[in-house]
Amino acid sequence: MTALPSTRLTSAPDSRTLFVIKTVFLGNPVTMVAALVIFIFICVAILAPLIAPYDPLAQSYLTINIYPSAEHWLGTDQFGRDVLSRLIYGSRNSLIFGITAPFLAAIIGTTLGVTAGYFGGLVDRLVTRLIDLLLAFPELLLAIIIMAALGGGFWNIIVVLTIAFVPGFARVARASTLAVKQEPYVEAAISVGVRTPTIIIRHIVPNIAAPIVVLMTLWVASAIRLEAALSFLGIGTRPPHPSWGNIIRDGLNNIFGSPWPIIGAGLAITVVVLSFNLIGDAVRDVLDPEGGE
Amino acid sequence: MSRALLKVENLSVDFGPVSNPIRVLNDVSFSVGRGQAVGLVGESGSGKSITSLSILRLVPEPPGHIAAGRVEFDGCDLLKLPRNKMPEIRGRDIAMIFQEPMSSLNPVMAIGDQIGEAIKLHRALDSSRRRERVIELLKLVGMPDPVSRLGSYPHQFSGGMRQRVMIAMALACDPKLLIADEPTTALDVTIQAQVLELMKKIRSEVNSSILLISHDLGVIADICDRVVVMYAGRVVEDGDVKSIFRTPKHPYTQGLLQAVPRLADDRERLYQIAGSVPAAGSIKQGCPFFARCSLRQNRCQEQMPPMFQFGSEHSAACWVTAEEEVS
Repeated sequence: MTALPSTRLTSAPDSRTLFVIKTVFLGNPVTMVAALVIFIFICVAILAPLIAPYDPLAQSYLTINIYPSAEHWLGTDQFGRDVLSRLIYGSRNSLIFGITAPFLAAIIGTTLGVTAGYFGGLVDRLVTRLIDLLLAFPELLLAIIIMAALGGGFWNIIVVLTIAFVPGFARVARASTLAVKQEPYVEAAISVGVRTPTIIIRHIVPNIAAPIVVLMTLWVASAIRLEAALSFLGIGTRPPHPSWGNIIRDGLNNIFGSPWPIIGAGLAITVVVLSFNLIGDAVRDVLDPEGGE
Repeated sequence: MSRALLKVENLSVDFGPVSNPIRVLNDVSFSVGRGQAVGLVGESGSGKSITSLSILRLVPEPPGHIAAGRVEFDGCDLLKLPRNKMPEIRGRDIAMIFQEPMSSLNPVMAIGDQIGEAIKLHRALDSSRRRERVIELLKLVGMPDPVSRLGSYPHQFSGGMRQRVMIAMALACDPKLLIADEPTTALDVTIQAQVLELMKKIRSEVNSSILLISHDLGVIADICDRVVVMYAGRVVEDGDVKSIFRTPKHPYTQGLLQAVPRLADDRERLYQIAGSVPAAGSIKQGCPFFARCSLRQNRCQEQMPPMFQFGSEHSAACWVTAEEEVS
């Protein structure tokens, strides 16, 4: 990425977003593959009813534990359900939770962090303590605790994942705000009479957006992993609805009958999480001028 | 002289904990007349910037704290205004240009929007009229091809051009007072000259009063009508440019003037005032300049000299030169 600094200086500003996207996705063949994988994954999730060869919930005694064949590309499980169809439908869960939770967490966490960082004092102390409290628990443990209290269900999973990710965003947002708050342009804006809410929205938030976006991309992968882990433990997505996590859990009881659900779901998780991580790294390299080179 | 536009009276500013504050500004008084340009000079650490920030109440609180004094602007004490009234004054009546043009503009906002923001806050103009005003301002500060530069971002400009944008932003609402905190320090010499020309042009065209903060006496002599010399958080000399530069009364001012390099000079070493500015709050009594003064007497260590008048427009805080004058 040696051409980066000069390109950045000369590129027209309104195409900066475009430029970032271009550099992220076309800069590196590995990232391109990762982006392609995610694109396919998103298409599959959206088009699941059209491309899934079978109903993911349909059971049949006639097709129990079949090995991969022309009819069932990835075989079937102990209830005779088509593994490929279940994986395809399962991707919907991973996608929805994987993207919604970091997004919501970014909004809530940034709000908290910026408020704490900008105003300081008592607000800062309260928010920082809250963050410390949440950070004291590992994400998965925190998620299990909350799931145990709230029970399963779609919205509960979103709430759980969001709460697990909020402190990270809040911490980064607070630290960045502390740095940006000292910048002369903030003082200059105050000196022409800009009021506090406008200062925060127009001058602080856009300038701390880069690390937040990076964090968000990296945590999509974590959210997918976390959802799979919760489902695997039986407190995430509830059977019979498929999720990559509970496909593995179901498969575990039947590993000698049919290993295909475990192999398929495990591979799907690995590939998607890896792809999101690679993209996250690429976004970080582009947006963070000090980190990459 | 008509009634002063800005009158700073006995301004004192503390920093640090309330229980054990350090006084960084001590009893600072001076005034800026309408249409006048006043220079505020002094070494680094003499309190020039804090003075200017206090006028706009931009001193960070905590740790800063305006302990005493009045800042009378257009007949109204700014220090007594409720905090939420200050944004109305900032930018509309008093505007400020900062030291670092490289970082005084928001990197993610187009300059047209940044100048426009200042206008939007204080003027009810629709967006096309605002745009016209921004273009007019950019023309005033000498930005080539202003129309096509509206959408440009700060990183696309050089330091001098950024400073012009800053000045345009400050002038957006025709402020009555323009505070320029070392506007040329971070710039190349040729760009400095251009920015100074611009400041002079602003004086004649916009008719704002200017409070110019600088440690460059040449700049002050070029632009200002009056000079206020500060040392260790106090005003030590105050007078019109001619008297200060021809007959400086405070030994500190004399030292500063001697330290200015001259073209027709064949000295190998420049003059320097021995020692350095004392740390804020370390002088408890007597003249703050005592330790470095060539004229010091015992009395100076014990008692802080008041401002003595030397002619109608000139005063200085020094026991020794005041006595010489009398005798």
